[in-house]
Amino acid sequence: MLFRMIKGVLIRQWSKMLLIAFTIALGASLATSMINVMLDVGDKVSQELKTYGANIVVKPRDASLMADLYDVEDENGTLSAAYLPEEEVGRIKTIFWTYNIVDFAPFLDTTVTLPSGATATVQGTWFNHHLDLPTGESVDAGVAGMRSWWDVTDGAWIDEQTPGAENSVMVGTELATRENLKAGDMLKLSGTTGDREVTVAGIYDAGGDEDSQIYAPLGLVQALTGREGKVASIEVSALTTPDNDLARRAAQNPKSLSQRDYDTWYCTAYVSAICYQITEVIPGSVASAVRQVADSEGAILDKTQLLMILITVLSLIGSALGISNLVTASVMERSQEIGLLKAIGAHDRAITGAFMAEILITALVGGVAGYFMGFGFAQLIGQGVFSSAIEMKPLVIPIVAVLIALVTIAGSMPAIRMVLRLDPAEVLHGSKA
Amino acid sequence: MSLLELKNISKIYGELKALDNVNIHVDQGEWVAIMGPSGSGKSTMMNIIGCMDKPTLGEVLLDGVDIAKESSKKLTDIRRDKIGLIFQQFHMVNYLTAVENVMVSQYYHSMPDEKEALDALGRVGLRERAHHLPSQLSGGEQQRVCVARALINHPELILADEPTGNLDEANENIVLDLFAQLHAEGTTLIVVTHDPEVADAAQRTIVLEHGKVAREVINENFEAQQKEWLARLKG
Ligand SMILES: Nc1ncnc2c1ncn2[C@@H]1O[C@H](COP(=O)(O)OP(=O)(O)OP(=O)(O)O)[C@@H](O)[C@H]1O
Ligand SMILES: [Mg+2]
Repeated sequence: MLFRMIKGVLIRQWSKMLLIAFTIALGASLATSMINVMLDVGDKVSQELKTYGANIVVKPRDASLMADLYDVEDENGTLSAAYLPEEEVGRIKTIFWTYNIVDFAPFLDTTVTLPSGATATVQGTWFNHHLDLPTGESVDAGVAGMRSWWDVTDGAWIDEQTPGAENSVMVGTELATRENLKAGDMLKLSGTTGDREVTVAGIYDAGGDEDSQIYAPLGLVQALTGREGKVASIEVSALTTPDNDLARRAAQNPKSLSQRDYDTWYCTAYVSAICYQITEVIPGSVASAVRQVADSEGAILDKTQLLMILITVLSLIGSALGISNLVTASVMERSQEIGLLKAIGAHDRAITGAFMAEILITALVGGVAGYFMGFGFAQLIGQGVFSSAIEMKPLVIPIVAVLIALVTIAGSMPAIRMVLRLDPAEVLHGSKA
Repeated sequence: MSLLELKNISKIYGELKALDNVNIHVDQGEWVAIMGPSGSGKSTMMNIIGCMDKPTLGEVLLDGVDIAKESSKKLTDIRRDKIGLIFQQFHMVNYLTAVENVMVSQYYHSMPDEKEALDALGRVGLRERAHHLPSQLSGGEQQRVCVARALINHPELILADEPTGNLDEANENIVLDLFAQLHAEGTTLIVVTHDPEVADAAQRTIVLEHGKVAREVINENFEAQQKEWLARLKG
């Protein structure tokens, strides 16, 4: 009978129940998407920040001094000492905070003359360079990971593992348009110490200066300039902890710290600590933070998560209020029916039980629908904000279920109080004809 | 044998004495009508007898138990086990069919039994309309479903507050026939009414005025009437 009664409500009053289910679905969908995004966002944000490029730049000490003091660019080898050895680049992966080093790539640039007579800057770098570390591990490092926001409009990224890669280049979209180049074309580059016939592997749109440049394998530029085994700078992308007072003091001079402070600092992933450790492993180098990104990384993460928790809590409060309105209205509408059931001999517990059963079934329907809606929202957020799918963690299902149950029960409380207080004599004689 | 006894009952709302020192005695199997002008306290008294309200003062003995002193939970049980209620408005659960409305009463009492519920609807002449929703039934038909629901658990006492107030002649007669039958089966009936015809069908009429019992009228013709009713029903 209980079943028939609940069925009667659900089938014959479906439009009201649908409204309640919809309110619950909205809350559930926001909670689902926010919790999923929240659980996924740590990775996503650091990936996102990584796509904004390096947060540490390593330069030779001399070059850095010259550039900082005289504000001159390192042009055409006038400062012949200002290079780092390519073979030492991999040592970045041997520092204490090795697992915080997400990616890195060495750079060596030069200016070449194209067949049309125009000149262009060529950046020699690693794309997906395979490294075997002294620790026995191996990594792939290079710009393929650090320039992930690039849009390759024609052709593909250079894959250093395929034969012929050493004579391939990637051309910026502006330059490609100007020189009428497309993927697969042959191109002659004339450098200071020689020429090279190369294949255009891909055209990229970076949305900046790089669009009028050429990206080439490091070895190619080294050959064009006669600087075998040398690199001019290294870009490093590292996960860092936001700076605090200690980090700022240390950044000025680590030697000024007490031993205990020094240990704390060294063993925390402050950007200054990581820079310091890089300088330790690459002699003659200066590693410095590209401030803005490094500082904000951790803070952005915390703030994003706080925001999402806030949205989740507010949306749940919102649906609790919505449910409470709808359910209370429904109780008022059904007060005669409830009074009647009491008069017939139904105890308060039986009535509230049936009532809660109706609402919880509605909540279940709304919750399941909301979960899938939330799945969609999460993917929209993932695609819109992070350009990648949000991983749906199974853990979220019980969390959302419990939240929705709590919200539904909390939202139904005022209505239940009304049910309990309802006096059958009053409602049954109340509306006198 | 006494089923119901009101001893010095008063119901006071602030200044207003809705019931003022009322004494009433109803025997098992009696058919009593209650009349009186509007506001004289008829519904107030019915609510007290029906265990839906408590008197401010006095005792209400139902089967020897003082229901004025019971907890509301116990009152619900007494109401469920002993009393069938019929109201002027035809209160039905609007998302349940006629037969389901009858079964709800069985459900809270003991066990829903669809066959028995259909028989009860048959008694009120609605066997054919058992699977209609209240919105698909006329007022008279709805009230007959309410009568079926009131009698389904075989209560000792049926309390009807203006059961025919919203009915036409034909439906009023159907309901009165049912009351005659129930009386013949030994059920005690207390019927509030404004309609002298309905009151005349009862054995005894109690008239309330300003919350007091103004007078009682015994129906001398009752035996003869009852025979006539039953003969007509059988015929
Ligand atoms: N809950 C209440 N609070 C205050 N006064 C009430 C309450 N219930 C009833 N009364 C008053 O008690 C008096 C008796 O009311 P009651 O409903 O018993 O009258 P009645 O005889 O049934 O009238 P009617 O024939 O119009 O149904 C009325 O004056 C009414 O206004
Ligand atoms: Mg009344």
